[in-house]
Amino acid sequence: MGKKHLIDFVDISKSYHHNLVLDEFNLYIRENEFVTLLGPSGCGKTTTLRLLGGFEKPDKGQILFDGADITNVPANERKLNTVFQKYSLFPHMSIAENIAFGLKIAKKSDAYIKDKISYALKLVNLDGYENRSVDSLSGGQQQRIAIARAIVNEPKVLLLDEPLGALDLKLRQSMQYELMRLKDELGITFVYVTHDQEEALTMSDTIVVMNQGYIQQIGTPEGIYNEPENAFVADFIGHSNIIDGIMLHDELVEILGVPMPCVDKGFGINKPVDVVIRPEDVELVAPGSGKLHGTVISNLFKGVHYELEVRAAGYEWLVHTTKYYEVGQEVDLDVIPFNIQIMHKPESSDEKAVEIDE
Amino acid sequence: MNKRTGRLLAGPYLFWMIGFVILPLLFVFVYAFTNSDGNISLEAFRTIFTATNAKAIGLSLELGLLTTVICLLLAYPLAMILNGLKIKSQSFIVFIFMLPMWMNFMLRILAWKQLLNKNGVLNAFLSLLGLPGIDILNTPAAVVFGMVYDFLPFMLLPIYNAMSRIRQDWIEAARDLGAGNLLILVRIIFPLTLSGVISGIVMVFVPSLTSFAISQILGGGKVLLIGNVIEQDFMQGNQWNAGSSLSMILMIFVLLSMAIMNLFQHDEEGTQLW
Repeated sequence: MGKKHLIDFVDISKSYHHNLVLDEFNLYIRENEFVTLLGPSGCGKTTTLRLLGGFEKPDKGQILFDGADITNVPANERKLNTVFQKYSLFPHMSIAENIAFGLKIAKKSDAYIKDKISYALKLVNLDGYENRSVDSLSGGQQQRIAIARAIVNEPKVLLLDEPLGALDLKLRQSMQYELMRLKDELGITFVYVTHDQEEALTMSDTIVVMNQGYIQQIGTPEGIYNEPENAFVADFIGHSNIIDGIMLHDELVEILGVPMPCVDKGFGINKPVDVVIRPEDVELVAPGSGKLHGTVISNLFKGVHYELEVRAAGYEWLVHTTKYYEVGQEVDLDVIPFNIQIMHKPESSDEKAVEIDE
Repeated sequence: MNKRTGRLLAGPYLFWMIGFVILPLLFVFVYAFTNSDGNISLEAFRTIFTATNAKAIGLSLELGLLTTVICLLLAYPLAMILNGLKIKSQSFIVFIFMLPMWMNFMLRILAWKQLLNKNGVLNAFLSLLGLPGIDILNTPAAVVFGMVYDFLPFMLLPIYNAMSRIRQDWIEAARDLGAGNLLILVRIIFPLTLSGVISGIVMVFVPSLTSFAISQILGGGKVLLIGNVIEQDFMQGNQWNAGSSLSMILMIFVLLSMAIMNLFQHDEEGTQLW
């Protein structure tokens, strides 16, 4: 995108009760970018957001905003607003008063505030709700008011902490579209925290996958999904077959005792690696014509596809296919070289966080 | 359960209500509107409009208000401090504040009489430090002191209750929207604890207004509150009619203060204790 950095995390470390949550964390966020911090609970994504919001102070490191150090600037003086996980609307105020809260503190004129309230309510499709009480709104409506309350202040950055976590699937999807529309209409930077990989893939310009306080991968949704850099990312973003392999030499990897051509180079000779193959990339072919021979051991109908488990060469492969196979049927598996992802085994302490504990 | 057994179950409670609440109130009512011969008259009301009684009512209102204000000024910051403590020590400290309530309050007031005595423990301690002694026993100040001591938990509990219901994320949201500490206190914390404050005011003001034992013991018979006048009418002067009519007046004050508080009370979550 080539836009300038708006936010820079520089060597941030943070621990709670001797529990290291972020370790030498570095990240930049560009202007007008939709960045999602994605990871399992306890990965440090919410802490990152709270550091940016000003609700926590780092033990070490700096946070730069527009080039200026804001590490010690209190939350109420930062030019960004947060949409909280629990909506956090003030229960003793009407919807209009909630939205006006920040504007009144900024000493805007009554006319300006009135305009802003009706503009914001239109933006979140809730016009006419000015005088309703917070209790009379559903979760989704409250969430939209929380967004309206944040954006009327015209922040440069909107921080969203799992804002759709409490909503049901349908509502969550329509709110995802609304958020993307808002981002385009307002032209501000969104920093979004979630543990829901689908949500992250749908909305983001950039996804930051985190685990145990370390960044695992930064990239576009397509990049993260198609080319995970390590086993953790591969496993966290969708289901995958992650298999131990040995890189025999460039463009040839041995999986479960079978050499398979691939497209990766530069891993060295006879190196142990992790191999990732997406379930939709495993092809089922007639017995005798594939590289691995196996038996179907389960078959689940998932709507668009069948989800099969196939035992082959001692490994239970997850396979997505649109054709029907009987349980017990003999099949051969094949994978085209392009769809085989080779990844380094974790070596340094940083990379320990890629180990998947389930 | 059908309707009849339901009614039967309410029986003992109904009996209690009629026997110990409604009948006594009716007696008071009847005595207030009759004279000593048992005839209907407003004589009792006429006799109570004396300078002594008016002074007693005025003093009761004054000391009651003073007690309420002092309790509020002490309890509100205390509730804030308690609410800010770590969860474990929090309940223990609230327990400490509640502990005296489980002791007979007459005993506690009698203990204060000994402590506040001119030759009592407090002055002995002060003179030990070379400080001048204080002699507040048998003054309105001692009565107010006793009432504050006795009724502070009733102010503290509802405020603390309301305060502990304020979610941390509301505070953070306010801060996020640009509010500093003072604005958070004025715009968020205070409005959200208002119902607790009002409950506390009623819970302290009403018993202070009607108290008579504290003023008798710590006031040494020199501080005459409306409660003391009523008590004298019944126990010493044998003037049940005048006592009853004064009680009626007092009840009107109590109901009036509760009605005024009710106007401000919009809490559906049950912060109020009455």
